This record gives sequence, C-alpha cells and structure tokens, in this order.
Amino acid sequence: MAQNTTVPTAGHDEHHHESTVVFGFWVYLMTDCIIFGSLFATFAVLRNQFNGGPTPHELFEFGGLGLETALLLLSSITYGFGMIAAHKTQINSVIMWLGVTFLLGLGFVGLEVREFAHLIADGAGPDRSAFLSAFFTLVSTHGLHVTCGLIWIVTLMVQLMGTTEIPERMMNKLTCLSLFWHFLDIVWICVFTYVYLASMI
Amino acid sequence: MSNPNTSSSGESHGSVSSYLIGFVLAVILTVLSFGVVMSHSLAPTGTLAVLSVLALVQVLVHLHYFLHMGGGSEARWNNIAFVFTVAFVSILIVGTVFVMANTSMNMMSR
Repeated sequence: MAQNTTVPTAGHDEHHHESTVVFGFWVYLMTDCIIFGSLFATFAVLRNQFNGGPTPHELFEFGGLGLETALLLLSSITYGFGMIAAHKTQINSVIMWLGVTFLLGLGFVGLEVREFAHLIADGAGPDRSAFLSAFFTLVSTHGLHVTCGLIWIVTLMVQLMGTTEIPERMMNKLTCLSLFWHFLDIVWICVFTYVYLASMI
Repeated sequence: MSNPNTSSSGESHGSVSSYLIGFVLAVILTVLSFGVVMSHSLAPTGTLAVLSVLALVQVLVHLHYFLHMGGGSEARWNNIAFVFTVAFVSILIVGTVFVMANTSMNMMSR
C-alpha cells in the first residue's frame, strides 16, 4: 500500500495515493457507489410503475436537464484547475477556482430544487407513484451529496484564506474533495443517461 | 484504463491540457447522448444500446482524465477496491433486474 510520507514540495510527483487518508476516502467512495447502485437497481425495477400517474415524457424536458449537466461538467474541470493551482501552491488561484466550482454546483442544486418544486406543485411528487418515489429517492440522494460537497468547498476556502502554503494535510483534504466531486459527476452521467434520457426515448 | 504515464513526474495529477482533453471528450459524448434521443433516429432498443455505450465511454473518460485512475503500483489497492465495487454493483443491478423481471412475468403483472 502507498505509505509515502511526501513533503508538500515533493507532492508534485504523486497524485491521490500519497497517504492512507486518501485511500480511506476512496474506500468510502466505493461504499457510496454501492448505495447508488442499489438506488439505480430500485429505479430500474420501478421505472414503469406509473399507477395511472404522469409518465417521464410528460415530466422531463431536455432544456433543464442539459443545463444541469453542463453546470456539473463545467464544475468538474474548474475543480481540476483548482487542483493544478494547489500543486503549484498558488493559493489565491485555488480559492478562486473553488469559488467558481461552488457557484456552478450551487446553480446545479438550484435548478434541481426548482425542478422538484415544479414536479411537486404539478401533483407529481414522490407519493404519486412508485416510479416517482424511485426517481425522487435516487436524484435527491445525488443532490444531497452535491450539497454536502458545496459545504465542504466553502469550508476549505475558509481554511485556505490567509495562508501562504499548503501543508500535506490540506493537500489531502483538497484531493479527497476532488475525488468526491468527480465521483458525483460520474454518478450524474448514469442519472442523465438511465433516469432521464432512457425514459424519454 | 491503464495509463503508462502515471510514473512520470508531474503527469499523474493531470495538467491543464489533460483536463481540457477530458472535458472536450465528455462534452462530445454528452452531446451525442442527447442528440441520439432528441433526433429519434434509431429504434428504442438501438437508442438504449447506443446510450449505454456512450455512458460507459464517458465514465471511463472521467475516471482517466479527472480521477486519474491508472495502472501504477501506487494505485494497486485503489484499483482492487474499485474492481470489487464494480463487480458487486454489477451483480446487484443485473441480478435485481433479472429476478424482478421474472417475478413480474410469473405473476402476470405486466
């Protein structure tokens, strides 16, 4: 197992296997993956159980979905630029990129909450049919993860403010959040493909 | 998913160009996914098959360019945990869909 005790300056040669902390976080992500796998399996079973209620064709629209996808995809690359800046110890640049990532993520959550509010107002809430129960559970679990990621981003921005160097411990935090954020983007690929697009064929 | 560059210095955590390549690939794959559904150019089964392939490729692109998964010895335990999870989740999803499809057929609920 990776047991390197890299000093911050040598951190340039390594990526997310510097420490057991990052490996531990990776294992957590794998368990998270199993949670999402279970929710996807549930959705796959219940996706046609409309109980006379609205179908995906009546509920989903391409515009909002495309915008949400674009925001999350953009936030992935802006976080990546933040990590590159972190490896170069350009702290102001890291804070700036984290801020951009935060705004994009906030936009995503905002659009999702707006979509949910519309659905519920139209009588298509999670209590309407098995399909909608499974839909809300899966998509809001992802949304909740993104929200936690937003809180985490703000926390790290505050911790970075006023510092002049990035110690290994801070680098580990940034790396863990990087894994988390990119992982959520991967889950979103599966959501927009199998939950939205596959239901709109 | 093997990346021969992981050992070379500075490459492993990605550069601006590798992030941009990953981003452009991801955008292309996403647009193709949306396009294939919006254009209705294929039969439903064909569309689903194309969507699945595009999603799989995009997941691999993200794993490689954003999560920097590679075949280096440093990443060995990460990869083992990953392979186990993929196997576990595949059995979970395929098994669930298979069993529940049989159940609903035998109970004539569809």
